[in-house]
Amino acid sequence: MPAPDSIELADQAARWRSAYVHIPFCRRRCPYCDFAVVAPGDPHTDDPADLTKRYLAALHTEIDTQPAWEPLDAVNLGGGTPSSIGAAAIGEVIEHLDSRFGIALGAEVSIEANPEDVTADLVEGLLAAGVNRVSIGVQSFDDEVLRFLGRAHTSLEAAAALEMCVPHFACGVDLIFGAPGESLESWRSTVATALAAFPQHLSAYALTVETGTELWQAVRKGAAAPDPDDQADKYELLQAAAGAANLVQYEVSNYARPGFSCRYNLSTWGQGEYLGFGLGAHGHRAGVRSRNVRSVLAYLKALESGHLPEAGRETTAEPEVERLMLGIRRSCGVDLGEWEDAAARHAGLQRLVAAGVIEMARGRLRVLRPLLADDVAATVLSLSR
Amino acid sequence: MTEPARIRNFCIIAHIDHGKSTLADRLLEATGAIDARNMRAQMLDTMDLERERGITIKANSVSIRYTPPGGQEHLLNLIDTPGHVDFSYEVSRSLAACEGALLLVDASQGIEAQTLANAYLAIESGLEIIPVINKIDLPAADPVRVAKELAGILGGSPDDIIAVSAKTGAGIAEMLDAIVEKLPPPEGDPEAPLRALVFDSYYDTYRGVVCHVRVVDGELETGDELRFMATSMLADADEIGVHLPASRVVKKLHNGEVGFLITGIKEIDLIRVGDTVTSAANGANRALPGYNEPKPMVYSGIFPIDGDDFERLRDALERLRLNDSSLMYRAETSRALGFGFRVGFLGLLHMEIVRERLEREYDLDLVTTAPSVQYEASTSDGRILKVSSPQDLPDRAVLESIAEPFVKVMIITPSEYVGTVMELVQQRRGEMGEMTYLSPTRVELHYQIPLGEIVYDFFDQLKSRTKGYASMDYEPAGYRTSELVRVDVLLNDVAVDAFSTIVHRDKAYSYGRQMATRLRGLIPRQLFDVPIQAAIGGRIIARETIKAKRKDVTAKCYGGDITRKRKLLERQKEGKKRMKMVGAVEVPQEAFVSALRIDE
Repeated sequence: MPAPDSIELADQAARWRSAYVHIPFCRRRCPYCDFAVVAPGDPHTDDPADLTKRYLAALHTEIDTQPAWEPLDAVNLGGGTPSSIGAAAIGEVIEHLDSRFGIALGAEVSIEANPEDVTADLVEGLLAAGVNRVSIGVQSFDDEVLRFLGRAHTSLEAAAALEMCVPHFACGVDLIFGAPGESLESWRSTVATALAAFPQHLSAYALTVETGTELWQAVRKGAAAPDPDDQADKYELLQAAAGAANLVQYEVSNYARPGFSCRYNLSTWGQGEYLGFGLGAHGHRAGVRSRNVRSVLAYLKALESGHLPEAGRETTAEPEVERLMLGIRRSCGVDLGEWEDAAARHAGLQRLVAAGVIEMARGRLRVLRPLLADDVAATVLSLSR
Repeated sequence: MTEPARIRNFCIIAHIDHGKSTLADRLLEATGAIDARNMRAQMLDTMDLERERGITIKANSVSIRYTPPGGQEHLLNLIDTPGHVDFSYEVSRSLAACEGALLLVDASQGIEAQTLANAYLAIESGLEIIPVINKIDLPAADPVRVAKELAGILGGSPDDIIAVSAKTGAGIAEMLDAIVEKLPPPEGDPEAPLRALVFDSYYDTYRGVVCHVRVVDGELETGDELRFMATSMLADADEIGVHLPASRVVKKLHNGEVGFLITGIKEIDLIRVGDTVTSAANGANRALPGYNEPKPMVYSGIFPIDGDDFERLRDALERLRLNDSSLMYRAETSRALGFGFRVGFLGLLHMEIVRERLEREYDLDLVTTAPSVQYEASTSDGRILKVSSPQDLPDRAVLESIAEPFVKVMIITPSEYVGTVMELVQQRRGEMGEMTYLSPTRVELHYQIPLGEIVYDFFDQLKSRTKGYASMDYEPAGYRTSELVRVDVLLNDVAVDAFSTIVHRDKAYSYGRQMATRLRGLIPRQLFDVPIQAAIGGRIIARETIKAKRKDVTAKCYGGDITRKRKLLERQKEGKKRMKMVGAVEVPQEAFVSALRIDE
């Protein structure tokens, strides 16, 4: 079995076909979230049951519009909160994808779940629906941090959800670090608790202030913003702790035990192809990147009147440069291919080598300090002819 | 032709915002030179920058036909003048082409320092002055007080001063009559060999250099073979014309007339504004009285961010110089910034305008270093070196003394701000001279101040401390030896010549500290710790550290949105391009100028 950070696995991932399905419904809108989300209080949410029904119907219609393809190697339901629609609805979506495209043997079938949704019934239902991977949106094991993040669950609920899922699924813990007010100790404790649950996978993202969110408004009015140095400390703390717990870092923000890296994630950074279904979903097929509308009403109207819910599409400019830009996110780095000589001569890359941020050897560019990956990516973009 | 007795050549002297361009518009309209339909605001300000900033940079001219009631048709040539302190050289050129001037003053503001200085200049040049009070329609207008003030300065009775509103047109007819009656017609000898003054020129992509000329003696005819007297250059009068304000080609320009001349000369530096044009054969023996050569007051280094743009920058400067003969430059090499130019400017506004035009019209990304004045350094072997760039200051071992240029500054302010103005001037090492009350509420103050202390932000400070009411003008007042030192800045242990500045010894320490703090805020964090030090000679007087950047990575990409991720990274890449590599450190453009903007 190839290691999570191996070149072999990364090369495989570039050939995988996946599907992303967006389930936008949430119990509440988290103050930092800028995803395409439908939460109570939004327009057209006075009859939530009906809205969900219409949405799922539209989603199934959209799946039918997509031309036939090879069997899928990975299916990922994200959100929003996919767990909020229940196992039966999830099962219908998976079944539909299987009948339309086929789901390959040994494929990854994964959903994101919020701790408050995880019950014995849900676990049973998901297993019956063919789900083999669950990512739990734990975010933190510190209740004060959870409150700051506007989450609906407590740390106890999160621990219980993990306990239920780890034995049955490839189970991932999703964490957010570096919220203002989160101490280094709090984070250390969150990491320890997460590792003690013995998950197969761990994702940790630095809290980011996204334009237009409630958090962004607050920061603009003078509230404390996340501190990049604090986030760097916490990032490094996790790197050390995860390594000690035999979780292998295979991407900037992702760790896994051998055999449990996330296919959908590796495929994204391997410039792989994927279909995107649902509100605000993105697809990448045959050199074209497309995106769906973000307004639920526009999405419903389009599909209910026989149109595609697409908001735009672009043909990838300089796909080879894009391949480098994406590939550097992975721990195994990226094959420089035809760029090898140009990269060796590039003053910006030479500086990054000198500063110990990257290494260029055996035809590959590898980021040694993933915290500076965007600096590397921006430099790589200037390689273009 | 119009006989000289029916020609009036005049300019308008006014402060910014006192309504000169609007008045010119109104004149064009009132005389039917242009109908209201084709009118666009500020006809004479042709450069985009001029209209945007509401100022006139280039002298322009327009000929207006006007028949006073019951009289004969006259030709009124309005020669526009710039309205900013930086452009007094341009004013002097315009004045030399005129016999009279309208002195235009805002009825709510009163006369401003620079207008007064230009009025004195016009009087010294022998021009007849017609004082005009504008904006009498404003609620805050106080024409009686302003008329008294003007009469006090120019002599005569306050009752004789014409009051107009360029906005409503009130008083315009009276003003036109005054121009005809009070201003003298041009003199000059129609039979003498041709002498025409080049008082402005601009570059036209299709036609080459277009000269604005005032014929003083003789006549200028299409097809004439001409000689430019200062350069002895020969050329043909390919085309002659007048601006009405639309260009109209004419066959001849006679003595006293104003118009344009196209010779087919396309090379940039060949025509010198201020030169005299005469006939190639049997031409005049003596050129018209020369102008003052424009003298740069402020120098700054201009460097392309991308070293490959050096040649493009050179071409752009050459082209700008055609329109702006006051622009002086020479190639300069900086260890930090590579190849560029040391450029002399008439003042800070001039510097800003040149930089903006280079970036906007020639699409160049530039670094402009802090402005400096020209010092005189005396060395132990008895030589005196002109130093317009701090890096050219001789080594301390041979440096005996440094002299700096002083200026005579005139400030006019409401009397309630005298205290705050004095305080500002003292901070800038100014010495108080005379103080005169123009009226019970307005004071004219005179100072001697080192030029280096006012080039940067003195004018802004003066304005903000007097709520915008004070105005100023200055003229050179020679060199004096001062206790000056060079403060160097070391970035990552390497001296960055572009950050070196010459300051007074008493201010060096606080200057160095501010500079280091300021730079720490302006230079983004790098891949390693970057020490910033300020030093005099070898002695470190301040130190700051830019801590290494530790995190530069975005969270996961939402739902596979690679397009957005790439856009963000492309923007980051563009940001990097606008940085100048100084040694191993990426320094943003703004740092070079902003760092030296020292707070009081």
